[in-house]
Amino acid sequence: MDYAAVVVLEILYMIAFIALISAGLAIVFGMMRVINLAHGEFVMLGGYTTLACDRAGINIWFAMLVIAPLVVALVGLLVERLVIRFLYGRMIDTMLATWGLSLLLIGVVTLIFGSSAVSVPAPIPGYQLGTYQMGGYNLFIIAISVALYVAVWLVLRYTRIGLVARGAMQSPEVASSLGYNPRMVYMVTFTVGAALSGLAGGVLAPLTGLLPSSGGAYIAKAFISVISGGVGAVITGTLASSTLYGAISQIVSFASTPVIGELAMLALAIILLRLMPQGISGRFFRDSQ
Amino acid sequence: MRVWPSVGQIRWGWFLLGVAVLLVWPVFADTHTPTILLAYALFALSLGLMWGYAGLLSFGHTAYFGLGAYVYAIAVINIGESTVPLLLAIAIPAAVAAVIGAMMFYGRISDVYMGVITLVVTLILFKFMNATAGDQYVIGAARLGGFNGIPGFAVLNVPGMPEWSLFGTPLYYVAAVALLGCYLICRWILARSFGRVLVGIRENESRCELLGYNVPAYKTAIFSISAAMAGLAGCLFANWAEIVTPSVFSLRAAAEVIVWVMVGGLGTLVGPILGAMALGMVKLLLGEQTVIDNSLILGLILVIVVLAIPRGVVPAVQGWWRGRIRIRAQRAGHARPRRRLATAATRQP
Repeated sequence: MDYAAVVVLEILYMIAFIALISAGLAIVFGMMRVINLAHGEFVMLGGYTTLACDRAGINIWFAMLVIAPLVVALVGLLVERLVIRFLYGRMIDTMLATWGLSLLLIGVVTLIFGSSAVSVPAPIPGYQLGTYQMGGYNLFIIAISVALYVAVWLVLRYTRIGLVARGAMQSPEVASSLGYNPRMVYMVTFTVGAALSGLAGGVLAPLTGLLPSSGGAYIAKAFISVISGGVGAVITGTLASSTLYGAISQIVSFASTPVIGELAMLALAIILLRLMPQGISGRFFRDSQ
Repeated sequence: MRVWPSVGQIRWGWFLLGVAVLLVWPVFADTHTPTILLAYALFALSLGLMWGYAGLLSFGHTAYFGLGAYVYAIAVINIGESTVPLLLAIAIPAAVAAVIGAMMFYGRISDVYMGVITLVVTLILFKFMNATAGDQYVIGAARLGGFNGIPGFAVLNVPGMPEWSLFGTPLYYVAAVALLGCYLICRWILARSFGRVLVGIRENESRCELLGYNVPAYKTAIFSISAAMAGLAGCLFANWAEIVTPSVFSLRAAAEVIVWVMVGGLGTLVGPILGAMALGMVKLLLGEQTVIDNSLILGLILVIVVLAIPRGVVPAVQGWWRGRIRIRAQRAGHARPRRRLATAATRQP
C-alpha cells in the first residue's frame, strides 16, 4: 500500500516536473512559433540565480519565486531584442541562433560559477511514508506546477492581456489592425516565457543540483513534450504530453532502471511524432487553448 | 558549358590545387592535427550535401558519425582485420539512417519535427552509451565501457595485411583520399538527375511530387548516403583518437557540425569543408587554453553568423567576387549578361 502511494507520488512528481520545465517553452512556441533552444539554459540560469541569492543570504523562497523569474525575464527580454526579433518567421534560423545562445550562456555561467556541480539546500524537510523516506519538497513542486498552469489558464482565458495574446496568436493581422502591435505582444510573450523558465529553474534547483550544462537535461524533455503537445493548444497539449511522458518514464523506471525509463520516454516521443505530427492537441482537442 | 543554377559544378583547377596541397602537406608540417581536420571536413561535407542541397536539416547528424566510430571500434575488436569493420562503419550508419529516414519521410515529417526526431535519436544513443558501464554490456569481445568509452582497439591496416597498420602520415593520406573521394561522389550525385531532383525538392516539394517524383524515396536515399559519409568520418575519427566515448553523441557535438556547415555556407560543398577545417582548428586551439570557455566562442560564432551572414561565408565571398568581376567587366565596356549565382541562397520565408 505504502509502495503504491510512493509510486503514485513519484509519477505525479515526474508529470509536474515535465509540465513545469515545459511551461515557458510551450508559451513561446504556442504563441510565436519560435522554438527556443536556449530554454534549458534559461531554466539553468534560474537555478544559478537562486544559488547566488542563497549564498548572499537572501531568503530562499523569495529568491526562487521572485528574483529568479525576474532575472531570467530580463535575460529573455535582452535576447528577444538583440536576436529573436530579427528572425521571426524563420523557424530553423531561430533554432540555430538560440542553440548558439545556449552554448554562449553555458560558457558565461562556466566562467562565473565554474564547471563543478553545486547544490542548493532544500527548504522543506523530508517526511516518512510508511517505511519510505520521501522528499517533502517534491510535494511543493507538484503544488507549484498546478498553481502555475491554473494561473496561466486564468490569465489567457479571463484577462484582457490574455485575450490580446490569444488574438495575436490566432491572427497577427487582425490584432494589428485593431491597434495591437504584434511585435510588442511577441516581446512580452517571450519575456513571460523566460520568466516561467526562470521560475522552474529556481524551484527545481534544490532537487536537481546545478551544472552549467544542466540545461541539456531540461531541453530534451521540454522540447519533446511541447512539440508532441502540438501548436495552438498551449495548456491542454503540454499537460497531455507531460502526463503521458511523465507517467511512462516513471513507470518504466520503477520496472527497470531510470536510464531505461528515460530511453522509453524518448522512444515514445519518436513514435508519437510519427503517428501524430500535428501533436496530441492537433488530433484530440482542436478547439482548446 | 552551361552553368546549372543551384547545383554548381566542379572547378577542376581548384580541385587539383586542393589535391596538390593535401599531397605535399606532410613534407612541411605535422600530420596529426590535419588528419582530424580532414575527418571533420568529411563529416561537415556529409551534412552539407543533405542540408544544403536537399534542404533536410538533421539536428543530430552526429549520431551517424558516432555510430561509425563505435561500429568500427566494436567490429575491429571482434574481427581484428580492419577491412570489414571499415565497410561496416559505413554500411551500418547508412542502414540506420535509411530506417529512420523512411520512417520520417514516408510519414511526411519535415522541418521542426524532423529536427526533434533526429535529435532524440542522438539523445537516445548518448544516454544509452553512457549507461553501458557494466560487464553485461558487451558485443562479442568488445566492452562498451559506458562513460569511459572503448579504448585500445586496432587501427586501420592495409586491406588483407593485418600487420601493416596505418597511423600517422599514412592515416592522413587515407583521410585525404576519403575526403576527396566523397567530394567527387557528392559532385557526381549533384550532376546527375538525382541531384537536380533533390534541389527541386528543396525549392518546391509539392511541385516535385506533382511532377511524379517519389519525394520520400529521394529524401531517404540522400539521408542514407549522407549518413554513410558521416559514418566514414566517424571511423577516421576513431582511428585518429584511438578511443571512442559517448561524447561523440553529445549535444555539443551535434551543434558543432551544424555550426561548421552554417558558417562555411549552405548550398556549396567547399563551404562545409572549409568551415569544418577552420572552426575545427579554432576548437583545437581553444582546447589548449582555459581562459575562455570553448562553448562561449562556438555559441557566439553561431549567433553572429545566423544574424549577419545567414548564407555562410563561402557564398557571401563568392557573391562579392562575382559582383566585382561584373563591375570590372562593365567598366571595361563589354557588360556580360547577369547570371544567376550558382549558389543562390534559398531559404523559406
